[in-house]
Amino acid sequence: MTAIPAPIRSQKKFESSLPFWQRLTTNRNWIASWFMLPAAAFLILFLAYPLGLGVWMSFTNVRIGREGVFIGLENYEWLRDDSIFWLSVFNTLLYTLVASAIKFALGLYLALLLNRHMPFKAMIRAAVLIPFIVPTVLSAIAFWWIYDSQFSIISWSLRQMGLITQNINFLGDSNWARASVIIANIWRGVPFVAITLLAGLQTVSPSLYEAATLDGATNWQRFRFITYPLLTPIIAVVMTFSVLFTFTDFQLIWALTRGGPVNATHLMATLSYQRGILSGRLGEGAAIATAMIPFLVAAIMISWFGMQRRKWQQGENND
Amino acid sequence: MASVKIQDVRKSFGGFEVLHGVTVPIEDGEFVVLVGPSGCGKSTLLRMLAGLENITSGTISIGERVVNDVQPKERDIAMVFQNYALYPHMTVAQNMGFSLKLRKENSAEIDKLVNRAADILGLRNLLDRYPRQLSGGQRQRVAMGRAIVRDPQVFLFDEPLSNLDAKLRVAMRTEIKELHQRLKTTTVYVTHDQIEAMTMADKIVVMHDGIVEQMGAPLELYDHPDNRFVAGFIGSPAMNFLEGSLVGGETPYVETANGSKLPLAASRTGLDGKPVVYGIRPEHLEFADDGVEAEVIVVEPTGSETQIVARIGKQDLIAVIRDRRAVKPGDRVKLRPVAKAAHVFDKETGKRLIN
Repeated sequence: MTAIPAPIRSQKKFESSLPFWQRLTTNRNWIASWFMLPAAAFLILFLAYPLGLGVWMSFTNVRIGREGVFIGLENYEWLRDDSIFWLSVFNTLLYTLVASAIKFALGLYLALLLNRHMPFKAMIRAAVLIPFIVPTVLSAIAFWWIYDSQFSIISWSLRQMGLITQNINFLGDSNWARASVIIANIWRGVPFVAITLLAGLQTVSPSLYEAATLDGATNWQRFRFITYPLLTPIIAVVMTFSVLFTFTDFQLIWALTRGGPVNATHLMATLSYQRGILSGRLGEGAAIATAMIPFLVAAIMISWFGMQRRKWQQGENND
Repeated sequence: MASVKIQDVRKSFGGFEVLHGVTVPIEDGEFVVLVGPSGCGKSTLLRMLAGLENITSGTISIGERVVNDVQPKERDIAMVFQNYALYPHMTVAQNMGFSLKLRKENSAEIDKLVNRAADILGLRNLLDRYPRQLSGGQRQRVAMGRAIVRDPQVFLFDEPLSNLDAKLRVAMRTEIKELHQRLKTTTVYVTHDQIEAMTMADKIVVMHDGIVEQMGAPLELYDHPDNRFVAGFIGSPAMNFLEGSLVGGETPYVETANGSKLPLAASRTGLDGKPVVYGIRPEHLEFADDGVEAEVIVVEPTGSETQIVARIGKQDLIAVIRDRRAVKPGDRVKLRPVAKAAHVFDKETGKRLIN
């Protein structure tokens, strides 16, 4: 009688007897890679490649119609001493911070209002989205008329009321121009913040508010201790997007002011376009665009850590 | 602790009345269960008591005070919700201490009260956890802890066990009852489960379509249901109902359409020939040679007892027997209702005529 050898596992490493080509078509890991390939190809072609090319161009002196050569950090050294570049950085930060803060405040307020029971709720909610769905350039042109130095309806109204004697030069004065583009951006951005936060508010169970009411919470305390903390993850997401969109804004500025007056509203994106495309100095334009990356990464990191804390609060994977 | 008086309370939603004048007196320290099928208005009544819904008319008083226009937080009540309504972003301790924090108690006092409640409920080593990290039964206990911490005049429970599995439900039932016996706080408990009502209540209020059908001690409702609805609602398996007409005399009985004679212990005069519904509980049917002939349809042994579904004429009824009798589907058996346990209801109004 021969003893039947017990199967010995984990002593010998498993080696597939299949030939290499067959393994590529049957092994689960390989199959997964095949399926991911089309999506990966798209991402590489349309996202990674242009990004990489942009970064590479920022290290060359390429111009439109002329091959460039690698010049190291020379573009960045130029920018370091360029006061217009630093003005555009300041403008971008100011534009992003002020517009995002106001968009958040207004959006949250609007979301809380829209979360109440009221007649024609669905229609009002849909109406709130209108500024968001109008193409940016169209709304910019509308604002352009509103801010027009001669025909501005705001100036006209204020004059009729006797508050001012001559038209406000909305887009011709540095500070007025900055305020004007920020207001236009807020008008466009609030619906996105409001509707997203509204979606977040609707995930909060009404019984939590009832429980808090019975626990003795006032309206403000219900907001402070229930609504706000439960909304933080969605606030983190929506404000990240809002900051990213605002920081990289181009259309609105270009349609309203083209960066003027005297570069007072030039953002990094518009300056990059002006230097890179209009002046043809692609390398320098690419360097300005690349300089935006650290700011954007910082914004994403902030929200990422914000959401991480939330996960811990929820007690997932943390026993 | 306090008594609660619900006096002729009505509630309308947009002109549609859902509670048609409900009056329920609740004694100090009593455990009252509002029970009824869904849509009967029991939860609405509880929410009105809590102050989460307005009272259309009538009065509700807690202690000596009419609370119709009193804010929920001023009513000194605590409520346990069906879905627990625990604050997901707060730990167990913060959940339980939230009302105290809002009341601006100092933190030492909050800790003391939270720990006391945690000891009562066996939550001591879970105080730092978040609701997501708790099992259903533990969450249920935290919800109760949140109520206990406040030491309110009245506890309100809104179907607190319906999200738990069957086994846990039985365990929590016992726990809630024990808790009440220990704290002796007036409790109003809403459920659609008549077994919960029977096992926990000092007083059951059976509601149906916005009215109180009957209220009383559990066994009183079981033994002497006022009407056909209560008779059918209380008890599991439910009471059997057989239609027939009443025949009086020395040995009164109810005669069904197919001629079966269902015995009664006593009758009342002037009811002869009246169309009635004969009600008999499953455990009051026994095998006897002089019984009514029936065909066995299904036999369901549960171990301690056996449920037998049998057909008399065109009507199915359920018998529960405790002895192990060899019956199988298709057998013809003779079942005799216990005459003194039989109920007779008016066929039209459903009111009790004899029992």
